Amino acid sequence: MQRPAIEPTKRWQQSSRRFGIYLLMTGIALFTLFPILFMLVTAIKADESQILREMSTFAAFLPTGELSLQNFRDVFERVPFAQYLINSVIIALSIVICGLFVNSLIAYALARMQFRGQKLLLAIVVALIIIPFQAVAVPLLLIVNQLPWFDGRMTWLDSYHVQIIPFIADAFSIFLFYQFFLNIPKDIEEAALVDGASRFRMYSQIIVPLSRPVFATVAILQFLTHWGDFLWPLMVVRDPAVRPLTVGMQAFFGQMPRQWGDIMAFATMVTLPVLIIFLLFQKWFVQSVASSGVKG
Amino acid sequence: MAISKSQTASAKPTTSRPMLSWKRREQRVAWAFVAPALLLLLIFLIAPFGLAFYLSLTDQRLVPNPNLPTRFVGLKHYLAMWQDATFVRALLNNFLFVAVVVPVQTSFALFLAVLVNQKIKAINVFRTIYFIPVVTIMAIVAVVWTFLYNPDQGIINKFIQTISFGQLGPYRWLEDPKLAFPAIMLMSIWQGVGFQMVIYLAGLQEIPGELYEAAQLDGASAWQQFRFVTLPQLRNTSIFVVISTTIMAFKLFDQVEIMTKGGPNDATVTAMLHIVNSGFRTQKVGYASALSVVFFVIVLLISLGQRIFTRSER
Repeated sequence: MQRPAIEPTKRWQQSSRRFGIYLLMTGIALFTLFPILFMLVTAIKADESQILREMSTFAAFLPTGELSLQNFRDVFERVPFAQYLINSVIIALSIVICGLFVNSLIAYALARMQFRGQKLLLAIVVALIIIPFQAVAVPLLLIVNQLPWFDGRMTWLDSYHVQIIPFIADAFSIFLFYQFFLNIPKDIEEAALVDGASRFRMYSQIIVPLSRPVFATVAILQFLTHWGDFLWPLMVVRDPAVRPLTVGMQAFFGQMPRQWGDIMAFATMVTLPVLIIFLLFQKWFVQSVASSGVKG
Repeated sequence: MAISKSQTASAKPTTSRPMLSWKRREQRVAWAFVAPALLLLLIFLIAPFGLAFYLSLTDQRLVPNPNLPTRFVGLKHYLAMWQDATFVRALLNNFLFVAVVVPVQTSFALFLAVLVNQKIKAINVFRTIYFIPVVTIMAIVAVVWTFLYNPDQGIINKFIQTISFGQLGPYRWLEDPKLAFPAIMLMSIWQGVGFQMVIYLAGLQEIPGELYEAAQLDGASAWQQFRFVTLPQLRNTSIFVVISTTIMAFKLFDQVEIMTKGGPNDATVTAMLHIVNSGFRTQKVGYASALSVVFFVIVLLISLGQRIFTRSER
């Protein structure tokens, strides 16, 4: 297609408009980034009085003065940070991995198999999406407080499993899997059926490999949610040995006198790993968010 | 079922028998697939949900007292909560949050989505930046912003003082009953807007390009195109965004717990904070359950509203 020549004034208008857009976008980007930049920069400033002196000036965003990793060392000395981090990783990953399996399995049965009570079960799962976890938190606390565990204890409080098992099954994840499985053509499985493949084989060797996008979506959404879990661990965990980062942060923040350098170092160490993972896999992240909005 | 049972006794194979046994096996396999998730949902979602209704009618405490057995109190808690000034304040705060955050965050998200939907250089960089707060944990964000809101030397006070030439501020953001809740709202918008921007962006990219070409042929200006093509096409996306923000507003807890604990003078108390305080800190599980039931009914009504609203359009 031949483009008509643009008059010089029009071209000038266009480029000035573009400049305006970039200016606007940069302004918003600064608003978006300033708390994070502030956190990162403050974390590497060793001198607490310098932090307080500069906190209201532009220097708060610039790595000035004496820079060191002392604040990070302080965090490790004052609290079992590594333990918190391991706890958070164990909890979030266990929920994601067990959840992918359990939720996709039930979704496969709902989407592909015929059994009595199937329609009712599907209706129940869809209805359960509406129940917010917050509405059941208090009675759930009562339940887990009375549940026996394998080691003979009669309570689930202060453990990993109390932070993992209640979140493995997730109605919304089941629904996402179910919708995706419905759209996979049936004839591939029919060929497998003729070959005498079992249902589990069809699930694991046909459906799962074809469903990578939805597995990634559910994994990311579940990870983001449970990496940041705060309310539930606050209710069920006292022991620092099983405490996740979020509650660790809150406890650290509550210790007086507040050492802002240390607090920002703590915050940085929680944020940076996820930020890096996000930057590496941002397409997946963004897609998973977008697809969570498509349910309508 | 009865037929297959009688046939197991007969040695003579029939053509229908493998079919029937396959069906029975399929049933068993299906339930084996369903069982783990269903069991977990039963124990950790459906049971506590049922329990909430039951407990809301009793005076159950978190740690049972052997001298004071749990009694059935009927609707006492439901009547009492409307006399509970903190609860009324909490609900008002939740609605205030909805009234301010939903329109501001939604329109800002739409604005951002339109901005980053252009085909210009480095647009991906801006999309990425705007999404970054979403992947930072609220518990962390709340702590960082507490520092930014610092009453004497905080950067936000300083910024306001500078652009107003010293006329405004300094404000005691989190300690002033008038400012504490708006301060939490601003931070919540900052953290959540990227999420909705992405949902809007997905919606924008679904709009067929022909609609814009047709509008351009009719001589529609950029604003008219936005008003008469983009907005109507984004109707369902907008409903989703508005409803999900509304529901999130009722779950408001993390940032309030960390930044103000509901203070000063209940200025930032929310329904969830009050539920946790009642059930956990003052141990009145029965009362907290009644609050949870009311909380659920509100969320349910909002979700139903969404269903009805979206259906009528399709």
